[in-house]
Parts: sequence; structure tokens; C-alpha cells
Amino acid sequence: MDFFNRFAIPHPSFLIYASMVAIGLTGIAVILGITYFKKWGYLWREWLTTVDHKRIGIMYLISALLMLFRGGVDAIMLRAQLAIPDNKFLESQHYNEVFTTHGVVMILFMAMPFIMFFFNFVVPLQIGARDVAFPRLNAISFWLFFMGAMLFNISFVIGGSPDAGWTSYFPLAGNDFSTSVGSNYYMIAIQIAGIGTLMTGINFITTIFKMRAPGMKLMQMPMFTWSALISNLIIVFAFPVLTVLLAMGTMDRLFDTKFFTIGDGGSDMLWANLFWVWGHPEVYILILPAFGLFSEIISTFARRNLYGYKSMVASMVVISAFSFFVWAHHFFTMGQGALANSFFSITTMAIAVPTGVKIFNWLFTLWKGKIEFTTPMLYAMHFLPLFTLGGVTGVMLAMSAADYQYHNTMFLVAHFHNVIIPGVVYAMLAGLTYYWPKMFGFMLNERIGKWTVWLMSTGFILAFIPMYITGLDGQARRMYTYSEATGFAPLNMVAFIGAGIMAISFALLVYNIYYSVRYSPRNIGNDPWNARTLEWATHTPVPEYNFAVMPQVKSTEAFWDAKKHGHEIFKGKIEKIHMPNSSGLPFIMSCIFFVFGFSMIFSIWPLAIISLLGILGCLVYRSFEKDHGHYIPVEEIEDTETKLRGAK
Amino acid sequence: MKIDHSLPLEYSTEENRLKIFGFWIFLGAEIMLFATLFTSYFVYEHRSGNGPSGAEIFELSPVLMETILLLASSFTIGLGIHAMRLGKQKAMMAFFAVTLVLGLGFLGFEIFEFTTYIHEGAGITTSGFTSMLLTTLGTHGLHVTFGFFWGLAILLQVKKRGLTPETANKSFIFSLYWHFLDVVWIFIFSFIYLKGMM
Amino acid sequence: MKLKWTLLAMIFTVAAVLSGCEPLLVLDPKGPQAKVQADDIMLSIWIMSGIVIVVFAILVFVLVKYRASKQSADYEPPHIEGNMFVEAICIGVPIIIVIFLSVMSVKSNYEVEATPKGYEGQEPLVIYASSSDWKWHFSYPEEGIETVNYVNIPAGRPLEFKLYSYGPITSFWIPQLGGQKYAMGDMVTTLHLAADEPGELMGRNANFSGAGFAENTFDVEAMSQTDFDKWVKEVQDTAKPLTEEKFNELLKPGHLGRSTYTGTHLEFSPAPEHHHDSADSDKVSEGEHHHESSDSGKEADHSHHH
Repeated sequence: MDFFNRFAIPHPSFLIYASMVAIGLTGIAVILGITYFKKWGYLWREWLTTVDHKRIGIMYLISALLMLFRGGVDAIMLRAQLAIPDNKFLESQHYNEVFTTHGVVMILFMAMPFIMFFFNFVVPLQIGARDVAFPRLNAISFWLFFMGAMLFNISFVIGGSPDAGWTSYFPLAGNDFSTSVGSNYYMIAIQIAGIGTLMTGINFITTIFKMRAPGMKLMQMPMFTWSALISNLIIVFAFPVLTVLLAMGTMDRLFDTKFFTIGDGGSDMLWANLFWVWGHPEVYILILPAFGLFSEIISTFARRNLYGYKSMVASMVVISAFSFFVWAHHFFTMGQGALANSFFSITTMAIAVPTGVKIFNWLFTLWKGKIEFTTPMLYAMHFLPLFTLGGVTGVMLAMSAADYQYHNTMFLVAHFHNVIIPGVVYAMLAGLTYYWPKMFGFMLNERIGKWTVWLMSTGFILAFIPMYITGLDGQARRMYTYSEATGFAPLNMVAFIGAGIMAISFALLVYNIYYSVRYSPRNIGNDPWNARTLEWATHTPVPEYNFAVMPQVKSTEAFWDAKKHGHEIFKGKIEKIHMPNSSGLPFIMSCIFFVFGFSMIFSIWPLAIISLLGILGCLVYRSFEKDHGHYIPVEEIEDTETKLRGAK
Repeated sequence: MKIDHSLPLEYSTEENRLKIFGFWIFLGAEIMLFATLFTSYFVYEHRSGNGPSGAEIFELSPVLMETILLLASSFTIGLGIHAMRLGKQKAMMAFFAVTLVLGLGFLGFEIFEFTTYIHEGAGITTSGFTSMLLTTLGTHGLHVTFGFFWGLAILLQVKKRGLTPETANKSFIFSLYWHFLDVVWIFIFSFIYLKGMM
Repeated sequence: MKLKWTLLAMIFTVAAVLSGCEPLLVLDPKGPQAKVQADDIMLSIWIMSGIVIVVFAILVFVLVKYRASKQSADYEPPHIEGNMFVEAICIGVPIIIVIFLSVMSVKSNYEVEATPKGYEGQEPLVIYASSSDWKWHFSYPEEGIETVNYVNIPAGRPLEFKLYSYGPITSFWIPQLGGQKYAMGDMVTTLHLAADEPGELMGRNANFSGAGFAENTFDVEAMSQTDFDKWVKEVQDTAKPLTEEKFNELLKPGHLGRSTYTGTHLEFSPAPEHHHDSADSDKVSEGEHHHESSDSGKEADHSHHH
């Protein structure tokens, strides 16, 4: 009986049953829909087995938007619970699970795939490549991430979600204090997704170093590609730490090892240290590509080259190096003494310098520009002041003695949302709007888009600025309720209203997509924004092979110079193009990974062993498989080119 | 597929060059993985709770055997790659086979070592120290095990398909991996065993 | 100083009105450590406001001046690579600010990690504060008494809280006396505090520790030394002794009200010892060794972990 109890629905309540029904109905509807329209073959051939970086990118995008919805619903539940004192909407255990999944989902299953979408869709086009270095590995990365995310998401209806916070500190997350399978989900789902992320890192470093268009020197790469390169370097150096950490956590939970236990030589402090040795660089993995996107957008709509290109690159390199030497600022209060705290306090504040350089460079890019307030630019212009606010509160938190008062309070919560939302989320949405026409051949509606930005910023300010104040008034984070007497109630109500306005702005974004699909004009050409880099030099929609002729690059803004100074990018005649074959293996192997993960979580050992053998079988199959890709003949390329040119 | 004959077979195509470069980056990630394990090991080195300490369980002879076997296998795979560059398929296969046999010998001794530990009351659940020790050694051991099967698959492919740019590339990458495991072992030998026995 | 607080009041007027006209806890210090921290916070708020204003001003300026709608259609923005001088300023000024803040930060670090300023000469009162799911146990080894979920302290005397945990990591926090420090199962941490004047204060665990976390609070009452001595005497005379059995019962997960005992749990369940350097001390912490509580207090003093 014990065995079956593990699968029980954790919080049998109307909400849970309603979401189970909703999941079931949506699932059935999707399956019926695909069957009715006879799209199974299409789905398999064109998407599930694809190794095309643009398609994989779009699948990352869809996953990220789904997870944004999931994490957003969590956020609304949290804010609703705290809107009034002594609220009975969620009980404490349930609240704990919701804030844990909110954190994990937003960071690892929303923000990460969103930047992966940009890496995948944009980087090969920006450097003039036909695909990434290892297309099949890229598909494996995506499917592992996807299966990890799905595995994590079923936790709230099967067995219970993790409940120890997204940081999952031990011994709280250990067997003694966290008895459901929730933390097993955490350890294993993130591990599976993390392997995928590590592969992406290797793939894109190789792609960027080795596959740039002829003539493109490192210091001529567009800024987003630079940010992607550095971000992926951080991935390769930081994610192995997470791999080890999660493995240790898994073993503590499943095999009773003594890594993080109290007594028997365990060390709960090691978890916190290793977690943030990965966790802090992880923040920069997210924010650097966001900086890269803003650099592209600001430069495009200021109609000027990016100011201080070299210092932009240098500052990212410095940030990435420093990101590995600041981890202890996440726990100044652990008692490591004044000396260690002073060291980490100074390194943390030092990061403000290169970040400040970037802010000033963006401001100087606007200087003497010809600024057009398109939707992506509007996001960027809201990003600048709001992110500055988040940045300076970060410097405040870096002062370790004062941090004794900020730590674990809503002040901290306000700070990191203040950098992640205007920093990462705005960048993602700005980039989404910016690249939408390149993906789908029509623009998102500008009017609705601008409304979205203004609503989002209004909601953001209302939701998060009050938290700075309640934090200084002693409201600890992660409390599921507070009493009337604390006086936190009015500001928490304001925060709830702000969260509601943000929710409306996201709904507006969805409506914008619907509206634009129906009414936006098509035939917008290859370069609707009058942009500056190579991805706008090819056709819209982008053909499978990206560029019929490899571009020749002479400057940082190859496409702009081609337009303004008549540089010829596409020289030479069309030759047959070698492309990789599609493969079902990444999808199948990742499905087996899902089964493996599930059986590990619930300690179903026979199934775990069988699925592990299945994974190894896939690897052996891959090793013996002969796959040399295929060639697209010249006639077919010429046909496609004529057709796409006609579509303009 | 364009083959550049001025380069060694394993570097001769664009795809091969990419794979070797990518694998070096993968090894970078592996270095971080083992660096994390070593750092954690140093944290747990003296956290043996009620269990035995390193000095109490480490024995020199099996460890020396393991070291000799693994170092020798690193040498033989180097000879294998040399033979491959000279185009001598038979010699190359022989050296690879010897490498794998030595690897298997290493694993045998390691399993023997682990059983001894467990008999001496130093299981994976005994203390922070033993958990970390067996995890660090085990991670290396799993790498060797994985390498054994990987090498076997490559050997079979070389036998079936001969020395092509593809099989040469795989063999070369495999040799990088194997050398890397040897380097890791040298660190394990110095910083876990020798340091622990002193 | 006066000006600072007035200006602060202006900034947070809305907040103060909304939260019932009370000043924010962290910025209303009742002890020297909280004062150091509140001063740091206010200073950094001012400096940061300066930076924010500069950035906002430049942003508004460029957005107003260089918007496309204000320029002629044939205006072509120039190509500017960058300017060494401008970039030197953009790096130099922040570096100066960071250096200034670093000095401040380091200075404060050493202040909050030592006996509070102005209390250096006095013998500190040592209190062991240990957490269990979801309670706080306060042991007064010198007075030989123990309380649950409340702590009485003498005002005008330095305090040394020795923190550890019987469960998940918790964080001991009395906002008006000073910032937090972790209580962990594996080592003892020390928090130096002092209360300037008598009064009732809020204390809580600030680090998430499971289902009962929100209610994991305790009452703090600072009283004059005479009142404190009177209270101690009264407890010693009237309270029941704390047995090992009773203590184990107290440790069980749940919430409890306030209670008071004579004797401390340190006698049968000593605080964890720092054991980072030698394997042998590990075994000591397993409970075979009984320390004089004041002794172990001195030893734990050196427990800087990293």
C-alpha cells in the first residue's frame, strides 16, 4: 500500500481536480485534433524528428510560453494568498509547493528555453551558418529539456511537487523533513533538463567558434552572438557543478547516503555553496543573452551602430569571470566571518562596474540616434530605467553587513524580480516581437504590443516596488500568511493588483498573437525593421538551408553596410548544399529518459534498469548508424530562391 | 563530404574537425565535473562520523595495480592512434583491444577494492566521507565502464568498415577520452589515496 | 542624521501611511548593530538614488532630443565607435563609488561581527538559541534557565547569541536589534547584539524551514538589568526543571506557546561543535563528551567555517 500511496494526489482540492480535468481535456482535444486533421505524419516528419535549428528554436519557444503560463499561474496563486492577512486560500504545505515550482519553472523551464530559442533561431543566421555544429545533438538537447520539464510538471498531480524552495536547501529537502516524492522530482527532472543544457553549451560554442561566415572575425560578431558565446561558455563551466550537486541530492534521497544529513559527517552547508556556485553563474547565463538582444534592438531602432562595441564585449567577459566568484553573497549570514564576507561583498559590487558600462553604452547608442519607438524598442526603453533600479538595489544587497537585514526578506524578492523581469523577461518579449516576422512572415500588431509593454511595466511597478518596503518592515519571504497586526496587508494587496495587471498584459500578448495571425499584412519583405545584421539578409520565411550562397562578411554590421555602402554579401554561384538528415532517435531516447526519470522518482527499480538499458541501446544504435546527411541539388535551391524572391 | 588529404584522417573532413573541437569542450565540462567532485571530497575528507577514516581503509597494493593498469592502457591507446596514423589497421585494432583488456582489469581491481571497503564497514551510507569517496571513485569507474563499451563499439566498426574518416575520427576522440580518464586517475591517486594514507 | 531620517520619511510616506504610520522595522533600530545596518542602508539608498537620477536624466534627455519624430527625414545618425575619454569616465566613476561602498561594507562587517560599539568593556550575556521545527529554545547557561519561544534580555549589556538548529537551517532575526544569522545542525554560529533601551520586540526565523515556517516567531523583551535579574531569580525559584524527556517532547515538530524551565538542555544535549580540522573531534560531537556550557561557548567562538 505504501508504494501506491506515493502516487497519491497531494492536495485533493477543487483546484487540483479542476486542473487535472483541464489537462485531460486539453490532451484529448490535442490528440483528437491531430488525428482529425491527419497531422500525425506531419508532426512526426516536420517537428518531432527535425534537426533544423529554426524548428528546434520554435519548439523551445512554444515550451517557454507554456511554462510562462504555468509559472504565471503559480505567481498569481502566491500573490492571491498573500493579498489579505490570515488568508485560507492555500494551506501552508500547498503554498510551499507553489512557490517552489514557481521558481524552478520560471528560471529553468521558462527563461532557459526562451534564451535557447534565441540561441537556436538567431545565432546560426547571425553568423551566416547553415545549421549548428551538431544538429542531432541539438535535437537531443531540446527533447531532454522538454522531457525534464514535463516530468517536473506532472508532479503537482502525481505524488506532490517539491516543497523546499527552488534552492532546495538540505536538510529541509532531505528525507527527514521532506517526505513526499516532491524533492525527487526536483533532483531528477532538473538533472535530465540540465544534461540537455550542457549539450547546448558545447554545441553553440563549437558553432560560434568554427562556423562563422567567411571573413567574420570574432570582433566582428553581432553583439547577440557574442553574448550567446559567453553565456554558453558559462553553461559549460557551471552546469557540471549542478550535475554533481543533483546527483548527490538524489543519492541522499534515494540511497540514503550522508552528504547533506545532520550528523554522520554530512554537511548541509555544502549544498548551499555548490548550489550557488552553479546558481549565480546561471543568473548570468540568462541575463547576458538578454543584454545581447537589447544591444541589437537598441542599435537597430536608434539607427546607429552600437556605441563602445569593444567595451561591451570586454564587460561581458569580465562579468562572466566574476560570476564564479560571488556565490557566497547568497548566504552572507551563514557565519563565515567578516573576512570572507568582505571578499564576496567586494567581488559582488565589482560586477556593477561592467554592468554600468553596458548601461552607459546603451544610453550613448541612443545619443545622436534617430530613435523609433517600435514595440521591441519600447521594451528596451522600459528595461533601461527599471533594470537600473534593480541593479542598484543589487549593490545595496552586496553590502554584507546590511544584507543581514535584507536577507530572506521581501526586499530580496523585490530585487531579483526587479532584475529578472525587466532584464530577462522584457528582453525575451522584445526579442520575440523583433524576430516574429523572421519566423512567421508577418508582424505582431504594434498598437496592442505597446499597450502590452505599458501595462506590464505598470503591473510590474505595483507588484514589486511594495515588496522593497514590506521587506524593510520585516516581512520574510516564503511565509504563507501573516497576521493583520504586522501591517503588511495594504502593500501586499497592491502587489496582488500589480500581479493581476501583469497577468492582463500577458493575456494581451496572447491576444496580439491571435489578432496578428488573422489580420496582420503578409508580404513584409526580408527586412521589415530596417535592421543591421545578417539574419535579415536572407529570405522570410528562412529556407531550410538559411543562405543559398555563403555570405562574405567585412564588418560588424554586414547587412547594414551592404545596404548603405553597397558591400556585396552574396558572391559566387549556387552550389549543392549538404544538410543533416532528420532523426527520430533524439525524441525516442528522450521519451525513454522520461520513463527512466519517472521510475527513479518513484523508486521503481526494474523499470529504471530497463529504461537505462533502453537509453544505452539508443546510444549503441547511434554509434553504428551510418548517416551522412543529404545534398540539396542546385535546381531545387534555385526553385526555392525564385519562389521566395517572388513572395516579397 | 569534402576530404582534405593533407590532414590526418581523423581531421580530414569539416564534420570531423567540428567533432574534435566539440569534444575538447566536452572535456572542459568534464574537468569541471571532476573538479566539483574533488572539491567536495576535500570538504568530506575528515567528516567520517562514526565510520572509518581514509587512513584506516586505504590499501596501497590494489590501488597501485589499478594505477599501473590504467597508465599502461593510456600508453597502448597512444600506440593505437599512432598505428592508425600510419594506416596500420591490424596493429591499431590490436592496441585498442589491449587497451580495453587493461581497462577491464582496472575495473576488476576497483570492484575488488569496493567490496573490501564494504566488508570493512565503509559502505556508501556510512558517513559523509565514505559517501563522497565512493561517489568520486564510482564516477571515474563509471566513466571507465562506459569507455569500455564505447571502445568496443568503435573496435567493431573499425573491423567492419576499415579506417575511414568517420571511424578514425571516432577512434581519435575515444583516445582523448581515455587519456582524460587517466589524468583524472592520477589526481585521484595523488589527492585521495596518497594524501589519505599519509 | 536628522535630515536623513526626515527625507527617508518623505520617500516612504505612502508606505508609512499604508502600514499604519509606523516606521519600517529595519530602519527603526533599537540597538547599535541595527543602527550600523540602518545607517549603511540609508547611505546606500542615497548614493544609489544619485546613480538612478543620473541614468534617468540621460535617458530622458536622449529620448526627447533624438526621437525620430523630431528630426528631419534625411537625418543620418553618425557612426561612432566609442570614445576613450567618455568610457574612462563610465568606468572610473562607478569604480570610485564601488571602492567607497566596499570600504563602508568592510568596516561594517567587522563592526557587526564583534561586540557592539559602546559595549566593548562589558562582559556579554551568552544565550544559546536553538531552533527545532518550529520553535526557538533559549538557554541561559550562566543563569541555568531555559525558555521556549520567548527571550528576555537585559538592556544596555552586550549579548552573544549562540545559534544552532535541531532541524532544517533557520535564520535568527530580531530586526530592530540587528540582522540575521543562520542556525544550522552542524555548527554553532555567533550573533553579537545589544539592546539600547527596554522594550518589546519581534523576533522570528527568517529562513524557510517547512510547513510551520510562517508562525516560527518569538517574543523579545528587553528590560533593565535589575528587572532582568529579578526575572531570572523568579524563574530559578518557580519554574520546573527541564528533563531530557521533556526536552525531547519539546523537539517534536509543531507549534508551542511560551514556557520556562530551570536548567538547560545543554547539560544533556550539548551544542554541536565545530569540527572542520580534525577527524577526532567528530566523535566528540556525537554526545560522548559533556562540556561545561561556558567552556563550549568559548570554543564555539572560533567557529569560523570557511
